[in-house]
Amino acid sequence: MKEIRIHGRGGQGSVTAAEMLSVAAFEDGKFSQAFPAFGVERRGAPVQAFTRISDVPIRLRSQIYAPDYVIVQDATLLETVDVASGIKDDGTIIINTKETPEELKLETKAKVMTVDATKVAMEIIGRPIVNTVLLGAFAGATGEVNVDSIRKAIKERFSGKVGEKNAEAIQKAYDLIRERKA
Amino acid sequence: MAINVADKDRMVVVEGSYAVAHAAKVCRPNVISAYPITPQTHIVEDLSQFIADGEIPNCEYVNVESEFSAISALVGSSATGARSYSATTSQGLLLMHEVLFNAAGMRLPIIMTVANRAVSAPINIWNDHQDAISQRDTGWLQLYAEDLQESADMLPQIFKVAEDKDVLLPGMACMDGFILSHVYAPLVLLEQDLTDEFLPTYDPENVLDPANPMSFGAFAAPDTYEEFRFLQEQAMQKALPKIEAVAKEFGEIYGRFHGGLIDEYLTDDAEVIIMAMGSILGTIKDVVDEYRARGEKIGVLKVRSFRPFPQEQIRKAIKDAAAVAVFDKNISLGTNEGALFTETKSCMYNSRCDIPIIGYTVGHGGRDIPKESVAKIIEEAKKVASSGITVESQFLDVKEELL
Repeated sequence: MKEIRIHGRGGQGSVTAAEMLSVAAFEDGKFSQAFPAFGVERRGAPVQAFTRISDVPIRLRSQIYAPDYVIVQDATLLETVDVASGIKDDGTIIINTKETPEELKLETKAKVMTVDATKVAMEIIGRPIVNTVLLGAFAGATGEVNVDSIRKAIKERFSGKVGEKNAEAIQKAYDLIRERKA
Repeated sequence: MAINVADKDRMVVVEGSYAVAHAAKVCRPNVISAYPITPQTHIVEDLSQFIADGEIPNCEYVNVESEFSAISALVGSSATGARSYSATTSQGLLLMHEVLFNAAGMRLPIIMTVANRAVSAPINIWNDHQDAISQRDTGWLQLYAEDLQESADMLPQIFKVAEDKDVLLPGMACMDGFILSHVYAPLVLLEQDLTDEFLPTYDPENVLDPANPMSFGAFAAPDTYEEFRFLQEQAMQKALPKIEAVAKEFGEIYGRFHGGLIDEYLTDDAEVIIMAMGSILGTIKDVVDEYRARGEKIGVLKVRSFRPFPQEQIRKAIKDAAAVAVFDKNISLGTNEGALFTETKSCMYNSRCDIPIIGYTVGHGGRDIPKESVAKIIEEAKKVASSGITVESQFLDVKEELL
């Protein structure tokens, strides 16, 4: 089973991203589970959402303490939230920022990857909404989910032009991070 | 099996609340009442959307001004013979308390989903079972679901039991707030055609009808009141075999079985048995699988029906264990015990079966229960099996530094 934690701020769509990831993983033939860090959500406040992906039905109901992957929507969170908390040593942290992993100086044994998802979102969607874009980066960085499944999940959730634009941005982020990995 | 892997092609990924709202829809309710304010769930929101989209024929959605009115409206509608449904939680359920007795006393098979949450004060919106457990003597059936699929599947089952002419009692289909209500996972949305086959139209003998006037819940003096209470208890006892039979029939039609009154997981040869209700069972089973992989004989007893309480089935399931540990997401203050623990001990007394049983009250106000906590309790139960009880009942993980 793989466990993913998504950090964001209230209003950035972290919960939606976790849900879309679970839909995409199911599309890939896996079982999945997505849930928010149950709290009193407020716009702008730090929030978390979680996804589990497994080959067998998921019974576990506890929170996620040792994620395999972490996605960070907003690099300003690094100042106040320990985004690397509990991550497995062989895990990966994907952060939306212009900076390089070296510049971030994150204290963790996990692999850190960065992607300027805001730039991708502004160019393609025209708004700084990065939750779906980062799922494309996640697919490219980890291979845990098929990028086509993510695009399909997004297009089913958001109809028409919004869905199309998001799918395009997802593909762009996927390609960007694949180039980085190569 | 609760999640049937063979069903995968028919599954969709949806929120637990949506799955339950959809299940309520295919049960063809005639009246839904709701007070859509915090604490509530998406269940009544999704149902109001179904109504607005014309997807629930012959159904009235009553937007009321409080939870007290929500249940009061259903007492009226159910008495006219309408299949009546609502969903509530926490303080909302507490505000209904007085009317819950009325619904049961008038023998009205109203069904509510209760998304179990803690109660105030202090204010807390997270999951535990204190809200529903505090209603245990109101005369409502209470079933507890383990996962999202069961939360949905439970609705046609409990409607069928409640509306049975030998039962005629209201019922709560309990699901863990947030942990099940706000989670997305793959499941099968209940099919309309199968539900029509499984759940017949509600057709009560006695209804409020101007053409044939009668009254419900009228005056009963000391010379008759006791008999009303006796008949309610008798109806509860009659519900016991019905819950089993209906769960089995559901399995035959839909292909899924979540247990009847109880469900046993690896209990046959178990030296230690863990008992619980609700979603924590999933985590417990994962931990028990790890123990089993090491050759340790641990089993799990899921209690699905809390009202009526399946004394005979529980006795039979645990009688050969060397020790039993009970998880309760509630506490009866003043006893230092959770309700499932107290009642399990009670049903073993006078049974000539003296096995040690310990209790833990866990998960208060949404305190997370990681696998390590489950393992800690299993270790304690193993010690009890070999050297007896030292502490009979306790809180699981009180933070001393906060006291």
